[in-house]
Amino acid sequence: MNWTGFDTWIVIIGALCAAACALPGCFLVLRKMSMMGDAISHAVLPGLAIAFLVTGARASVAMFIGAAIAGVLTALFTQWITRFGNVDRGAAMGIVFTTLFAIGLLLIRQAADHVDLDPGCVLYGALELTPLDTVTLGGIAIPRAALVNGIVLLLNLGIIGLLYKELKLTSFDPDLADTLGYSSQFLHYLLMTMVAVTTVAAFESVGSIIVIAMLIVPPATALLLTHDLLKMLLISVAAAVLAAVCGHIGALIVPGWFGFESTTTSGMIALASGLIFALAWLFGPHEGIVTKWRREAAIVPEPAPITNNSTT
Amino acid sequence: MHSESLNTQSTFPARQTGTRPEHPPGIPLAIHDLTVAYHRKPVLWDIELNIPEGKLVGVVGPNGAGKSTLLKACLDLVPLTSGWAHIYGKPYRKNRHRVAYVPQRESVDWDFPVNALDVVAMGSYRRLGWFRRVSKAETERAMDALDQVGIGHLALRQISQLSGGQQQRVFLARALMQDADLYLMDEPFAAVDAATEEAIVDLLRKLSERGKTCLVVHHDLATVTTYFDWLVLINMRVVADGPATETFTRENLQKTYGGKLSLLEKAAEALRSTPH
Amino acid sequence: MPDLREIVEVLLLQNYNTRLVVLSTTLLGIAAGLVGSFLLLRKRSLMGDALSHATLPGVAIAFAAMVALGGSGKSLPGLLLGATLSGIAGVATMLVIRHTTRLRDDVAMGFVLSVFFGVGVASLRMVQSMPGASAAGLESFIYGKTASMVHADFLLISIVAGLSSLTCLVFLKEFLLLCFDDGFAASQGWPTLFLDILLLTLVTAVTVIGLQSVGLILVIAFLITPPTAARFWTQRLVPMLLIAALIGGMSGWLGASLSALTPQLPAGAVIVIVAAALFLLSMLFAPVRGVIPRRVQQGRLRRKVDRQHLLRAAYEILEVQAGDGPVVNEPFPLADLLAKRSWSPLQLRRILRIARHEDHLEIAAPGLIRLSESGYGEASRATRNHRLWETYLIQYADIAPSHVDRDADMVEHILGAKLVRQLETYLSDHDLAHRVPPSPHPLEPSARP
Repeated sequence: MNWTGFDTWIVIIGALCAAACALPGCFLVLRKMSMMGDAISHAVLPGLAIAFLVTGARASVAMFIGAAIAGVLTALFTQWITRFGNVDRGAAMGIVFTTLFAIGLLLIRQAADHVDLDPGCVLYGALELTPLDTVTLGGIAIPRAALVNGIVLLLNLGIIGLLYKELKLTSFDPDLADTLGYSSQFLHYLLMTMVAVTTVAAFESVGSIIVIAMLIVPPATALLLTHDLLKMLLISVAAAVLAAVCGHIGALIVPGWFGFESTTTSGMIALASGLIFALAWLFGPHEGIVTKWRREAAIVPEPAPITNNSTT
Repeated sequence: MHSESLNTQSTFPARQTGTRPEHPPGIPLAIHDLTVAYHRKPVLWDIELNIPEGKLVGVVGPNGAGKSTLLKACLDLVPLTSGWAHIYGKPYRKNRHRVAYVPQRESVDWDFPVNALDVVAMGSYRRLGWFRRVSKAETERAMDALDQVGIGHLALRQISQLSGGQQQRVFLARALMQDADLYLMDEPFAAVDAATEEAIVDLLRKLSERGKTCLVVHHDLATVTTYFDWLVLINMRVVADGPATETFTRENLQKTYGGKLSLLEKAAEALRSTPH
Repeated sequence: MPDLREIVEVLLLQNYNTRLVVLSTTLLGIAAGLVGSFLLLRKRSLMGDALSHATLPGVAIAFAAMVALGGSGKSLPGLLLGATLSGIAGVATMLVIRHTTRLRDDVAMGFVLSVFFGVGVASLRMVQSMPGASAAGLESFIYGKTASMVHADFLLISIVAGLSSLTCLVFLKEFLLLCFDDGFAASQGWPTLFLDILLLTLVTAVTVIGLQSVGLILVIAFLITPPTAARFWTQRLVPMLLIAALIGGMSGWLGASLSALTPQLPAGAVIVIVAAALFLLSMLFAPVRGVIPRRVQQGRLRRKVDRQHLLRAAYEILEVQAGDGPVVNEPFPLADLLAKRSWSPLQLRRILRIARHEDHLEIAAPGLIRLSESGYGEASRATRNHRLWETYLIQYADIAPSHVDRDADMVEHILGAKLVRQLETYLSDHDLAHRVPPSPHPLEPSARP
């Protein structure tokens, strides 16, 4: 393996992006809306295409705004169809994002006559190439992707830090939130905006696979390991960062095993997060499959209480 | 007192002049001409109800009689086809802070990663307002509330590891934290153990001693007259309401429940055991 | 622009070049509509989403295997076999997560979707670097590329789609039972696990054959959109299946034809947009559950309730005015009406305007209103119906709530003439002078306990 400064940046960018996704992902998983990340990441395609057709260039600010708007619209349309049409939310989500994606494909097809805007590029991203595109900040050249994802991570941290109580309440009991004067609608759309902005920021720079995986898999891993919301947020961020590190190392090593030259880091990060989930599933301290077997085999009469009561 | 407050002439003089009626602010819950209909089906109709202050009110009726809908209608959680429900003389959205609602237990996801204390502390969120964290004082109040319902020792237990009865107590403690004047409870006694039932009744009594009003949807006819001092019998419309011992008659029950023999026998048993 | 003859030719399958494309996507639409309906009823619509993403590693691995064995790697049956196997692995992972953890369906689906897709993309990139093989075009599995298909491929798609539809029809009753109440089905001795696996196999089959023609992401729409649209047209299961198949088939037929006529338009995208348009039309206008018809119904119900309340209030005011004597239609003060109901003066004005328009009442003098002849008849009828329902509720309290339907103009339609006569006798055996039976409860609210 040939580790360079390049690889360090790739890992840092991947980790920043993964952590930024894992935070709102926890609330998506708790609200039983895990598939929203996937839906939004496909549905932003028309936003990207329109921004491109209007500005005529791959100017990242316009495309960012276009995609973010498309992402929020996905949440909005899904909510409308669910509410006014009395449709199952999963189905509503599926209809909205496939339709938007199809519109995006058509638009890109129109734009393709002028300039190459490959939907594949949008979906796969090119995490490997991100360190090449740098901006100078205080005399130091920092990859633009690191900056963008770092800012998004800070934004998400800030919002969740400020509105932790409100997000917890509306995720747990939206009716109570409404009777207490906290609009569950407002917080729903705030969360959806967070997811949309995070998704767009991440895959504008690194591709959507990381986003879809990091919104779901680290929070799901954390949910297997803890019964505490705060710990869940921390564990999911840790799992996301770990997946980014292991994923890139894997991308460097694994293809060699099969005699191939290279692969995508994004895909390998998704795989790494899946493997971390599998470890938690097997060896989690309370609910792991192997842990349970061994506990049963040892015939311990009373399993230890799960939460610690020592602080009372 | 109750019948007087319902006297249209004395209570609603404003109607004669054509302006909106004023309600005496002392009445915790006044419902007038309330109809709720989903699609073609009426769920509640022509509800006229006044709940006096400081009473422990049982809402009793058969399945599908609209008991839960009545509570939800008071809280703006279902759309009204006609009429209104006023809380202390004002529409609910203006007097939100005076009401605490205890929903049915199944209404939330008990696998949510929070502990009992967190859930109870949610009752203080209105006092806290946006952005502010739960203070130490509020945490202590939440502990107190848990102690009051007898599960202080389970404060840090994750909610999925509580029994049904304990979960119900968590909900009650949360309602206590809201520090309301009117408590609306949807079947708090459903599927709980005897100890919890006793703890809930104790708590209701304490609340009513402190002048709070509790409206409780209840199923068990055998315990109605021992638990409540005011009754509302409903079956899509109010069949009877008033002091428990006067309202709980064979005739009213038959009007509410129809000819279900087993139920009536149970009720008769209850009637025998209550002094008249 | 294509001319009319060309359009007709394509639509009617007379054009040799497009006949197979249009026919196979139509069949695919029908099969997806049928299979998707069961998914929708099981609330697992996004299963198709997870599954289609989960097929990607299989496509890549099958390609690598075929190249390693000396083939070109582009044989459709081979790729589809790989896709099927990895789809089945995805479903198995989902089931394992569901049954061994407390995570829910959506998390299990999201997990499979993202991890399998990640693996798929990673392995696609790997095999693209394989020496001696061009993997270009494998990506068409993600976006669909009908144009690159050959005759045998269409045959394969048509046969699989046909077989899937046929299986749905053969197992119709069993699947409906499974979707409606799988616990009950199991208790009745039905092999629910087998049925579930069969259903998922069908989903996998449809997803896999859809991959090539509409692409990995858009085949999801085929499974979700037509059934959801069909749901607006009917409340019953079998008609829903047929309508879903119809909408699916129409989307495939129109979409594929449209894309055949204008070569810049990718077939998958056009099909999805046609399906979405049909969905939108259904959601807005379908007479049974569509948004606009329902809104209209709600408004009508509200006006009806208002009218009934007005007429009944008027009749009851007349009853009180009449005292012990017979009820006569005479003018009464508007204020009485206002006191009886919760209307604001503004609402009352609106309701009165409608009532005057319907010729139910007239203004006798300022502040005094009077029912017209027809209004009086309507009022007594509304009051009678209301009281019959009320009596029914009292007499048959245990079963009544599920039967009461006050929207019905005639109680007799729901309860039957015999029961209504019984109720009437019960109400008026002591007072036969009234055409309208007396109220089962006192009219003055102050007289209640």
